Amino acid sequence: MISASGLRKSYNGREAVCGVDFSVAAGACAGLLGPNGAGKTTVIRMILGQSPLSGGELAVFGLAMPAAAARVRARTGVVPQLDNLDPDFTAAENLETYARYFGIKAAQFAGRKEALLDFAALGGRGDARIETLSGGMRRRLSIARALVNDPQLIVLDEPTTGLDPQARHLIWARLRRLRQQGKTMLLTTHYMEEAERLCDEVFIMDAGRIIARGAPKELIRRTVEPHVFEVEAAAEAATAAAQAAGARVETVGDVLLAYTAEPEAVAAALKTMAGPGVLRRPASLEDVFLRLTGRGLRD
Amino acid sequence: MAMGFAMLAVWRRNFLVWRRLLGPSLVLNIGEPFLILVGLGFGVGHFIREVGGMSYLDFVASGIIASSAMFTASYEALWSVYTRMVPQRTYEALLATPLGVADIMLGEVLWCATKCTFTGACILLVVSLFGSVHGPGVLLALPVVFVSGVCFASMAMVVTTRARSYDFFSYYLTLFITPMFVFCGVFYPVEVLPPAAAAVAQWLPLTHAIALLRPLVVGQPLTQPLLHFAVLLVYTAASLWVALKFARRRLLV
Repeated sequence: MISASGLRKSYNGREAVCGVDFSVAAGACAGLLGPNGAGKTTVIRMILGQSPLSGGELAVFGLAMPAAAARVRARTGVVPQLDNLDPDFTAAENLETYARYFGIKAAQFAGRKEALLDFAALGGRGDARIETLSGGMRRRLSIARALVNDPQLIVLDEPTTGLDPQARHLIWARLRRLRQQGKTMLLTTHYMEEAERLCDEVFIMDAGRIIARGAPKELIRRTVEPHVFEVEAAAEAATAAAQAAGARVETVGDVLLAYTAEPEAVAAALKTMAGPGVLRRPASLEDVFLRLTGRGLRD
Repeated sequence: MAMGFAMLAVWRRNFLVWRRLLGPSLVLNIGEPFLILVGLGFGVGHFIREVGGMSYLDFVASGIIASSAMFTASYEALWSVYTRMVPQRTYEALLATPLGVADIMLGEVLWCATKCTFTGACILLVVSLFGSVHGPGVLLALPVVFVSGVCFASMAMVVTTRARSYDFFSYYLTLFITPMFVFCGVFYPVEVLPPAAAAVAQWLPLTHAIALLRPLVVGQPLTQPLLHFAVLLVYTAASLWVALKFARRRLLV
């Protein structure tokens, strides 16, 4: 569905994307993960034909980009990072006018409009003006808008950034439903939990390169130990004890993270040292991400 | 998708929004020229009996039709287009559909010209109530207003696609639009200016829009209509070419 090889983008000599290869199969949900400035949004813009390539090759639906931008976008739905709903229209009018941009007339669209509003859990809110909708509602309307042309590919740039947990769960449910319908999806996210829940395959980007790829579970298995102990306000002694028990330790601020394949030994060692503030959990994609991209702050 | 269709989708979006905000839009676009017409036409017209073979009211009325086309098209292509391009990020949304930058820009120009033709029609109505419309040539005035609107909108689009804020428009308005309003024959014939200034005025598009519109409204024969059209078309083509370049550089990064 999407295939990129040696894809590059530079702005005034600064390399934002420096030669990435990846492909997304039809019907798959792929995630582009990475810290701010990793080049995720730039890759997305090139896929949508909104940004000329500086090098490499990119094909979407087998069509070379950016030459085929109009044909590719006709079959693609886009949920942008920041909502760009039309403030001059109501929720329903937003869907109608957007359908027009795809050459879909109001009469053809009449039947689908209500279905899309229902899908976005905005049934009965069609007449609402955009400024009266909450952040979660706008996001859902953006997703509904991305579906007006019944796309085969849906591209979502940080679909749940800035939303409360309820709103995020509702959006995840909708995205899972779209995946069941066989849509191919490509999403970017900072939330590892989101990628773990939704994606069949993830590409971790850093500084314009893909530094790891694979199914989330497999990537976790390959990159980090399966068990993690988090100790808050950890003393030097706790760190030493975890290390003595064979754990690989890292510290983030005043939190100790002990990674191990032998959880019982580490649990016993920490029990005497750390008191109540010990959390034991399975390793997650977040651990993979931090391990690979480092713990330094990105701006 | 055919280019024409995509352009019309942009046009239609603006039309639907405008229809909703018709009231304030009409007050601005008709009220202002109306006041100038009454104030100058009767006030100054009291002292000036005749200009260029017509009453001063007729002279100003026909000039105002052209200058209001200029202002309507410019304001829309400056403020409204910038609003859709930057704070509302409407074009970002449009560029996720099959529409391209050229579709958006041409759709906007078409819309600006349409809006200014509508305004022109309202002003013509007002002008005819003052008795300043003479002869059937006036039927051709609206197509000329449309062509002028395309020209002024295209020129403003060059500024808009380069602008970093609304304040940037002051340069264009003060250095280009206002001088045209004052020096291109709205209030007096260009020929009374010092020769150097008159020569400069001959290079400005409003002079040629007026040269076409005034005879059509007051029922005089057109002189050198092809020349005047050619000037408007050259300004349009050059501006569109530059504006498209700027827009692509700005929107496709």
